[in-house]
Amino acid sequence: MLYTNLEHVTSREQLQQVIEENEKVAVCCGRMGPMCIPVYEIFEILRDKYPDIQFMDMEFDSPDAAVIRNLPECSTFRGLPFTVYYRNGEVVKATSSIQTAKQIKDIIGEVFA
Amino acid sequence: MSRHFDLIIIGAGPAGLAAAIYTARAGVSTLVMDQSSAGGQVKTTHQVANYPGFVEPVPGHQLATAMKKQAERYGARFELAADISAVSLTGEEKWVEADGERYQARFVLIATGSSPRLLNVPGEIEFKGTGISYCATCDGEFYTGKDIVVVGGGNSAMEESLMLLQHVNSITVIHQFDMLQAEKITADKMMQHPKVNFLWSHEPRGFAKEGEHMVVTAQNLKSGELVTVTRDGVFVFVGMLPNTGLFREAGLQTNAYGYLVTNDAMETNLPGVYAAGDVRDKRYRQIATAVGDGTIASLEIIRKL
Repeated sequence: MLYTNLEHVTSREQLQQVIEENEKVAVCCGRMGPMCIPVYEIFEILRDKYPDIQFMDMEFDSPDAAVIRNLPECSTFRGLPFTVYYRNGEVVKATSSIQTAKQIKDIIGEVFA
Repeated sequence: MSRHFDLIIIGAGPAGLAAAIYTARAGVSTLVMDQSSAGGQVKTTHQVANYPGFVEPVPGHQLATAMKKQAERYGARFELAADISAVSLTGEEKWVEADGERYQARFVLIATGSSPRLLNVPGEIEFKGTGISYCATCDGEFYTGKDIVVVGGGNSAMEESLMLLQHVNSITVIHQFDMLQAEKITADKMMQHPKVNFLWSHEPRGFAKEGEHMVVTAQNLKSGELVTVTRDGVFVFVGMLPNTGLFREAGLQTNAYGYLVTNDAMETNLPGVYAAGDVRDKRYRQIATAVGDGTIASLEIIRKL
């Protein structure tokens, strides 16, 4: 269970629907752990600054999170959270482990501009 | 929206939040800025068991959220995930620039805390999250049954290593000294553990990847000889550094390790500029001591306004 104020992705079908219906989607897939919580909270803050982006989270250990865990872009990842950025339904960026607000804003500028 | 405040607090960890609770409650217009979310290191602490007032351990993020809400309740304003680009701490009016806006105040409290020290060797940033980790509880499971390197020999390194031993097949500890700096009870557990071996008096000089494996190049600090250690992953725990990069040119007095020097009232050498919490030169760095620092600084500022 993720105790965040973000909208949770709870199934692969929901994720598919979200990325089909929204041009820009960012999903932080993790646990309630030290490296994950800061990313969720930064997403919550940035949600107000970037209303055109859907910021969401997904529980890493849920069976349906295989849709993120098994992405080719995440195949070498060994650090939580896995954060995946989708544009027009395609993965445009994926990061492993904690990211700073600046790093996330830089990625947003890079892939969602 | 006004960008002029009585007090700007840079850093939203326990020191900054405690100060904000006091000043906002006293009617001091207070802005709290942070480059990340609120909570500092507390929000990344799994369980806090030694902060007074909680019979059972409290998740760090919960404690941090409560502190922030308490400050907000009294009217403190927050600018979080702010890209702070410049500060001016001299003169009657100080200012902080973030995300293209300039915020002004008579008083500034620096409560930026400290962060895990990086090794700053080639490959460290490149392989973060894909072979190099900084958190045993988060990433240990990815190395179940694997052989890993731990860099560091202090308390946090050894405590995290004991956690990692629940998952991994073996640990090679690379440490710059020829003995562990961790507390004896923790060090003894590591020294006696059959899955642990040590590379004493060595320091990493670089990381590379060969297929799925990490290759650590380490230097013998006595002989200068370079050796390579190939394992499945690397965990780095080499202490903390004060977050003072923003203030490098500000004229603040620091100790030899870069921590800000203050008097007992948390005043720095610059008039109207205070420092509190882990960023300050002091012996003990705990949530409770950070809260104490923040409280003292805020009371001083309230008194002077």
